[in-house]
Amino acid sequence: MTHPMVPRLWWITRRRRETHDTFTVELKPSNGSSEFRFAPGQFNMLYIWGAGEVAISISGDPNAPGSLIHTIRSVGAVTRLMQKLKSGDEVGVRGPFGSCWPIEQAVSGDVIFVAGGVGLAPLRPAIYHVLAQRKRYQRVVLLYGTRAPADILYARELERWRARFDAQVRVTVDHAAGGWMGSVGVVTHLIARARFDPARTTAMICGPEVMMRFTAMELEKRGVPAKNMHISMERNMKCALGLCGHCQYGPSFICKDGPVFSYERLKPLLAIREV
Amino acid sequence: MKTMNNAVIETRPQFVLERSDFNRLIEILHEKGYQVLGPRLRDGAIVYDELESGGDLPAGWTDEQDGGTYRLKKRNDEAIFGYAVGPHSWKKFLHPPQVRLWKARRKDLKIEVAQEEQPVSKKAFIGVRSCELHAIAIQDRVFLQGPYQDPFYKLRRQNAFIVAVNCGQAGGTCFCVSMRTGPKVTDGFDLSLTEVLEDVRHYFVVESGTELGAEVLAALPHNAANEKEKTSAEEVVKNTAAHMGRAMDITDIKGLLYRNYEHPRWENVAARCLTCGNCTMVCPTCFCMTVEDTTDLEGEHAERWQKWDSCFTTDFSYIHGGSVRSTAKARYRQWMTHKLATWIDQFGISGCVGCGRCITWCPVGIDLTEETAAIRGSEAPGRKEDPHGNGNT
Repeated sequence: MTHPMVPRLWWITRRRRETHDTFTVELKPSNGSSEFRFAPGQFNMLYIWGAGEVAISISGDPNAPGSLIHTIRSVGAVTRLMQKLKSGDEVGVRGPFGSCWPIEQAVSGDVIFVAGGVGLAPLRPAIYHVLAQRKRYQRVVLLYGTRAPADILYARELERWRARFDAQVRVTVDHAAGGWMGSVGVVTHLIARARFDPARTTAMICGPEVMMRFTAMELEKRGVPAKNMHISMERNMKCALGLCGHCQYGPSFICKDGPVFSYERLKPLLAIREV
Repeated sequence: MKTMNNAVIETRPQFVLERSDFNRLIEILHEKGYQVLGPRLRDGAIVYDELESGGDLPAGWTDEQDGGTYRLKKRNDEAIFGYAVGPHSWKKFLHPPQVRLWKARRKDLKIEVAQEEQPVSKKAFIGVRSCELHAIAIQDRVFLQGPYQDPFYKLRRQNAFIVAVNCGQAGGTCFCVSMRTGPKVTDGFDLSLTEVLEDVRHYFVVESGTELGAEVLAALPHNAANEKEKTSAEEVVKNTAAHMGRAMDITDIKGLLYRNYEHPRWENVAARCLTCGNCTMVCPTCFCMTVEDTTDLEGEHAERWQKWDSCFTTDFSYIHGGSVRSTAKARYRQWMTHKLATWIDQFGISGCVGCGRCITWCPVGIDLTEETAAIRGSEAPGRKEDPHGNGNT
């Protein structure tokens, strides 16, 4: 029996710079084998030779399983080394792990995506899916906030989505120098300007914990039920199998019960510090 | 999963093994290819280690335990299981502190990963207490009954032969009666023993729990136990149950802790806690581990290891930007709330078996029975909501 801690090896076929600290890698299996099937919101454990393993959400198109795409922000020892990866390098992959965005539960209602910073990456598979099956949903809203114009992730795609007549896409930045003619302010300020029917809206929220919490509170004020809001949590993860204990959040293991949770379930814990 | 709590205790045939024949048990297990592990004296404590023969057993020794205190003492008799539990638990053999998971080599940028071959080693554990059997059953749930299994743990578990012992003496920090995990061994063993010491006679009342156990027993000189011997064995356990060093009220313990994440007692305990992690190391159910990836200096060979970890380190909850639980308060609260409350939601059972090790081996004598009682005794009135919305066990 293969130990679930043994990774499979994948080649990097493309590497793209997204922002100064964020990049996207596209992977193909080294042994030429099959497709990579995953559900939007799930993650993989990526291993870089000798240095270690990190949990990274899958940010590609779930309906194009021929390649595996990860967008990574270099913030730690392992991800900083990953930033140096180039085409032809090999990495280890274990996954996919975890729960997914409620894309089926959202069908025939309005969908609102709220993303903060690199939090747009774990939401992108769900956005791809909803836009690909646009007719199954009512209104589609994407609100994206990031620190500065230079930090806008997937800028070209955002522009493309924004050009559609069937989606409301708004982008804001925390601060900007001259030359930025767009919105300035935190992402929660965009909620008031979005058009959606709160009672029949499914919200998918991903970003820093405090951003997700305030977004959910704001949406709740607009009348979106807590059970229809979903957030994606981040904690230290060593195994992704529910065996190492690191990612516990109250009674939940982020790796196997999450990372996507209903806000209703986590709401009381989110108000307590250092859980 | 067999539940050992409140299980109907079936009557198994009981036999008598004389003390003079006891060492034969170890020989037979050796002959059957087992590495025999059991209690022996080392470094001023009774630890679990390899036994060459019955002579290695801590005959005539006992321990005195209290919060932050452990001391060996001579007994007035030659009992070989006349102590409570020491700093070791069987976890060190079933879920070892360090395990290599795989090795890899890289040549011309091509990586080859080879899973670690696990040698099938048969281990016999001598002197497993009821609380420890429950602890093993709890780790079985963690490692074998979730969506992912630890195949190495499974292998080690399958190859363990368990000789359980009914406790003849309660330790100063024992509270298995409160946790309903002892002192009587009910299930999960190959052989169980009750050590009986009379004025002139020293013997064991033995039951077998598996066919393998029966096979080992058959190879030992033994007789059917008579009523008097059975009663004597029963008295031993009853006496132990009546002398628990500690007690814990576990009524709605999950709800209690879920309602009290913000209780001021956490600050109080944090002022004493050194966050050393001793409690997690000695705990027979604490399973947390970290994963370490390494390479050799040439960068051609890499390995992955799993190692015991403790929720008392700041590294444990580190994500970019800092530790989630940076304060001692948050880390103690995580440990105790996990052990006694969230564990129930995660695995359907408490993570505490009442062995008392965390109390004994805490350098400052923090006592979770005292901490829970303090929270229970000063719960803010009207604090009836718990953050998980399901307070009642």
